[in-house]
Amino acid sequence: MRGSVADRCFTVYALAALLPMAPHAGRAQETQDPSCVACHGSLPDDRLATPAKLFPTDIHAQRGFTCVACHGGDASAAGFEAMDPARGFLGRPRGRMLLDVCGRCHSSAEFMRRYNPALRVDQVTEYRSSVHGQRLLQHGDTLVATCSSCHRPHQMRPPSDPQSSVHPVNVAATCGACHADADRMRPYGLPTDQLETYQRSVHWRMLSEEGDLSAPVCNDCHGNHGAAPPGVSWVGNVCGQCHTTMAEKFRDSRHAQTFAMLGVPGCAACHGNHDIQDATVSLLGLDSGAVCANCHAATDGGGLIATGMRGLIDSLETRFDSARHQLERAERAGMEVSRALFQLEGAQNARIAARTAVHSFDLIAVRREVETGLAVSDSGLAAGRRVLKELNFRRTGLAVSVTIIVALIAGVLLKIRQIERRG
Amino acid sequence: MLWSWLDDRLGLAELGKLAVKKRVPVHRHTVWYYLGGMTLFLFMVQVTTGVLLLFYYRPTAEDAYESIQFIMAEVQFGWLVRSIHAWSANLMIFTLFLHFLSVLLLKAYRPPRELTWVSGFVLLAVALGFGFTGYLLPWNELAYFATRVGTEIVGVVPAVGEFSLRVLRGGEDVSGATLTRFYAIHVAVLPAIAVGLLGMHLFLVQRHGMSAPLEQESRGDAPPSMPFFPNFLLRDLVGWLVALAVLASLAAFFPTELGTKADPFAPAPVGIKPEWYFMFMFQTLKYLPAHILFIEGEVVGILAFTVGGLLLLVIPFLDRRAARGQRSPLFTWLGIGLIVYAVVLTYLGYTMSPTQ
Repeated sequence: MRGSVADRCFTVYALAALLPMAPHAGRAQETQDPSCVACHGSLPDDRLATPAKLFPTDIHAQRGFTCVACHGGDASAAGFEAMDPARGFLGRPRGRMLLDVCGRCHSSAEFMRRYNPALRVDQVTEYRSSVHGQRLLQHGDTLVATCSSCHRPHQMRPPSDPQSSVHPVNVAATCGACHADADRMRPYGLPTDQLETYQRSVHWRMLSEEGDLSAPVCNDCHGNHGAAPPGVSWVGNVCGQCHTTMAEKFRDSRHAQTFAMLGVPGCAACHGNHDIQDATVSLLGLDSGAVCANCHAATDGGGLIATGMRGLIDSLETRFDSARHQLERAERAGMEVSRALFQLEGAQNARIAARTAVHSFDLIAVRREVETGLAVSDSGLAAGRRVLKELNFRRTGLAVSVTIIVALIAGVLLKIRQIERRG
Repeated sequence: MLWSWLDDRLGLAELGKLAVKKRVPVHRHTVWYYLGGMTLFLFMVQVTTGVLLLFYYRPTAEDAYESIQFIMAEVQFGWLVRSIHAWSANLMIFTLFLHFLSVLLLKAYRPPRELTWVSGFVLLAVALGFGFTGYLLPWNELAYFATRVGTEIVGVVPAVGEFSLRVLRGGEDVSGATLTRFYAIHVAVLPAIAVGLLGMHLFLVQRHGMSAPLEQESRGDAPPSMPFFPNFLLRDLVGWLVALAVLASLAAFFPTELGTKADPFAPAPVGIKPEWYFMFMFQTLKYLPAHILFIEGEVVGILAFTVGGLLLLVIPFLDRRAARGQRSPLFTWLGIGLIVYAVVLTYLGYTMSPTQ
């Protein structure tokens, strides 16, 4: 214990000594520390050579930081003297030391302001509150994730860079590197199917196939530096970050209280967590695949409301589909229906509003939205019928015109014959 | 009473005599004579429908697309007028090409009809100008990007290219300024030129009559003929009525699409193609190597088309054998070569992948 305190004191002194080595804002250092790169770059051992080779692409190198900024030592000294602990050399920072090394700059608002004023400086504080941080700091568990587990050392890039390990598309794989590793998770008794199930979810599909970088990844629900599983009572707040209206309606509904009482996690009770699928209308009601049927039966009040809501939404879907089908048919026939199709968007909005209103579990609220959508769909349907009638009128008009033209042609031909016979 | 009053002032009887006197040679190529009249009829359709469209069309980048949408959806028979205008434009260019090629192959440009040929050839260029400027007016995505590509080609011309490009576009890029410019050219400049040239062309046709084919003329005897009025004119009328029925059917079954509104900031869609009558030139430019003898391939292509066009314009003065009433197979083969070239390149333009 004493040794550990001494170590920590040394680290603090060493880091304090290193602070002046950080480059001044806006001034990039032209070259790497010559002595570190000179030796490490040519070492046959990849573990020692690779960092020197990778580091030039690291954002820290690009901002002018050198090896000593994190590892300490004296870059101006030749050979092993450069790595003399007396000259502040830290070796490879890990565990708690890593928090101090990274936090030395990243927890200092004054320092970070010079590089990226928008970057937060509470990562280390957050980390201390995370499950990872608590295990490290309270239980001395050095197997848990620390800074360098997620931010690859010597090749760090801003999260907006697609090659970054914390770019939205790469986050799941970064977390999965540990959390999908059964051997690694065994001591903690944690499941390891999160990555696999997440990659079946609509969120992953939106992210990886549709390229929607706002689709949630692990850290959007669990936090990043303060990572922890969302608690049963506040899972709704997590989903509500994006699905605001649904979360609000759910919070004011009877289900919110009941679920809390039963210890059932709000949104996740019906939608699942990692493998969240498209929320289609089939989730609603009492048919097979409908989640309401998990708790309700056809005879109870909840079951009746569920069936009622499903019926209303189905009626709107049917009417909306037939209006759209009618207008698309007219469009395929070459008719100009873009305005009617635009107006039908109103019914689409009502569809979304009705499906949102389901989260209030209030039949009247759902009916109100459905009726708006039905009215818009009906006028779309009427517009479609009118246009198709117009199409028929055109065809009839064409037939009549062509008949008249053909009669005229016949008349002219007869006239020519008559003239030429006479001539 | 009215007739004699008008006759005293306008000399209608003389015009009538002129019409009765006019005769049209009858031979196995007589059918080609109808193409000029057919083109004229389609031009009249264009003028009529074009004027009707002017009642509603608004030539600004903000309103053009919406005004055509309005014409297609709300205006009584607006769809019919616009569709006929678009279809008739294509048919007119088609009959004009046929008319041009028939005159070329029958060597009807022989003296004294050199100026008839020249005025007709310039009318062909004017018609292509009508097509190019009219294509942009709906301000939809396809038209926007096709115009961008089309005007870019002009910019390649050495010395004057950059300047012409700016004049044509009314700025650096295709914008609302280009639209108003194309509109002015389409509805004022080109019609004025076309009417003048057309007047001259028709006057010359009237002055010199129809040209008989070389072999018939060289026989020396008076060729069989029919009166222009009413025999030939009634036959013309049959053609026009057929064209009208075809136009009505095309407009009813294939109303011209409007597509999506042009968005200058959107990426160009894949496979932008010009109108079919520009396709052979467009495709040729695609096949040219980047450089031909230190000159940019595109520049060589454009210069070649310009020189080719000028040679065609002065062909009556180059084909000396035909001028002397002798057979000139070289020019016949050149004409056939031109047709084969245009057809093959157009075919390739529609069948090859857009990147080739």
